[in-house]
Amino acid sequence: MTDYARRTWFVLWKDLLTERRSKENLNALFFFSLLLLFLFQFALGPDRRSLEAALPGLLWLGFILAGLLGLGRSFIAERDNDCWEGLLLTPGDKSAIYLGKLVGNFILMAVVELVLLVLFGFFFGVALWPVAAPLALVLLLGTTGLAAVGTLFAAITAQLRARELLFPVLLLPAQVPILLAAVSATDAALNGTPLAEAAHWLKLLAGADLVYIVIGLLTFEFIIEG
Amino acid sequence: MRRALGWLALIGVIAGLGAGFAYAPREVVQGNVQRIMYLHVPSVLTAYLAFGLVLVGSIVYLATRRAAWDRLAASAAELGVLFTGITIVSGSIWGRPTWGTWWTWDARLTSTAVLFIVYVGYLLLRAMIEDPDARARSAAVVGIVGAANMPIVHFSVKWWRALHQPSTILGPEPSPISPEIRLALLVNWIALTLVFAYFLSRRVEIARLEAEGAP
Amino acid sequence: MISASRLRKSFGRTVVLEDLSLDVATGQCVALLGPNGSGKTTLLRILATVLRPSGGTLSLDGVDALKRPEAARAIVGVVGHGSWVYEDLTALENLRFWTAMRGGSASPTRLQAALQQLDLDAVSHDRARTFSAGMKRRLALARVALSDARILLLDEPFTGLDRQGRKWLGEFLYQFKAGGGTVVLATHSFLGGLDVADRIAILYGGRFALDRPAAELSWDALRRLYDDITGGSA
Repeated sequence: MTDYARRTWFVLWKDLLTERRSKENLNALFFFSLLLLFLFQFALGPDRRSLEAALPGLLWLGFILAGLLGLGRSFIAERDNDCWEGLLLTPGDKSAIYLGKLVGNFILMAVVELVLLVLFGFFFGVALWPVAAPLALVLLLGTTGLAAVGTLFAAITAQLRARELLFPVLLLPAQVPILLAAVSATDAALNGTPLAEAAHWLKLLAGADLVYIVIGLLTFEFIIEG
Repeated sequence: MRRALGWLALIGVIAGLGAGFAYAPREVVQGNVQRIMYLHVPSVLTAYLAFGLVLVGSIVYLATRRAAWDRLAASAAELGVLFTGITIVSGSIWGRPTWGTWWTWDARLTSTAVLFIVYVGYLLLRAMIEDPDARARSAAVVGIVGAANMPIVHFSVKWWRALHQPSTILGPEPSPISPEIRLALLVNWIALTLVFAYFLSRRVEIARLEAEGAP
Repeated sequence: MISASRLRKSFGRTVVLEDLSLDVATGQCVALLGPNGSGKTTLLRILATVLRPSGGTLSLDGVDALKRPEAARAIVGVVGHGSWVYEDLTALENLRFWTAMRGGSASPTRLQAALQQLDLDAVSHDRARTFSAGMKRRLALARVALSDARILLLDEPFTGLDRQGRKWLGEFLYQFKAGGGTVVLATHSFLGGLDVADRIAILYGGRFALDRPAAELSWDALRRLYDDITGGSA
């Protein structure tokens, strides 16, 4: 394994291990999702049809809100004991740290999204299994984008007092296109429309993901520098 | 140099006002309210120019670490948020009598609103970081992401609007533009760009003096 | 090995370091003395490439640390005020992480041996959250002992160590020097570090008020000089 891949892997390993031990994020996000489910139901009323029509939007709203919660805390562990400084002083390309964090965040969000998806399908009576493949693709592309920008901006705001205010504001402009594209593509997937018709949305998501990740890889070294 | 720019800007504004109110004819379909376009359109173009400068300043700062480029980016962002605000407000004022509503989620307005949020986020971030070096670095990254994001936003919003067909009343495309109107727009655009350049040069100068005041 | 010339550092309008030059030869250990706020930590952080100086140059083993900080970081081992300890990981896992991040081999035997040297093997599988400050410090020393650093920058490393710990650290530093390593350590108290030092420098008001070979200074002489320079402020 190359040095770079090794460091990426160990950052991921550390984060997953920490998460498994403390379960802080996972628990918070799980209960948050449950809460959202109930709130959506009560806010939109019992009319099944309006709920079904709004389902793609509700799903992604849930993902984004959970993402705000989870992503913003990406670098919380690094605040104790000067671990941030420790990461800065590891020799070599710092983008490996970004990549490791990104994958860790992606996994965290994916787990929460899967749970949310299953719950939504169950409570709103939507058959998800037949459309699992296209749905998974949309989720993959959308989540990657959110995680890519979220990880970068989490690093920027990690040391700031106003992190909880600033992080959502910074993230919003990137969430707009992801939300629009993902909701449309999810809608197509749930309706059984062949994905070829939603291809432009998927291409947009893929392009956005690429842009965000490349910028993240190139600029992370400037962020970690204290 | 700056004073010359200032005088040019003043002349430009007078010319622009003249072109907009006296020279250009009253628009047939929309009436006099259309004249706000002479502020609105140059304003959005200037906002994008400012944004481009934020991008350039951010990239060059990260490459060279010379504070002057960070000052350029920050000053351009301040002016940019101003002009984006003007764009939105003037667009809204135009929209009220034309579309019957203060706001509509049409593609251009939505993109401009997102641009506004990018600027606001950028400036908020700058306000929250005290150390000048950290502030410049973080702001530069946010500036770069913001700029790279705008084309993505543009397309996503455009396609989104195509999905949800607006009713004919809300159709934002104006009627064909006569040559007089085109000229008036051009004059106003040049004028506003001069105003922007003048204020930018002053703002950058103030920033430089502030930075050098601290040893 | 370390060549710093005319280092300057200011935070806003506050000047913390002013025109500092320091040359440390291979195999030498320099002890930095000075009251709180004298800039010891700032200087160490600049040497560690954590902070960029406002002016001056720095070269570590021939590498321009300001132009190529990544290369410099491969040479340097740091124990700062923070111990780089992840609270939710065990002592062993912490070591494994940091060793791997430096590109070193992280075989369990090697890691365990390092923990044992610092009297931490009893808690090697306990979460660091349960550790005292001194234990976290020892974990940081274990980390540095495992690394292949050629320059050690230690900020008050003897603080929080008991007699056995201080003895271990002193011996470790002797051996490190003998193996060609270079050390700069900051110490606030006169407790430890002065025995192993080849040179003693007193930092005061952002400058070196004193920089003499340790052999020239008796304990009392040093104490008196220190009080004179700092005006009795400890």
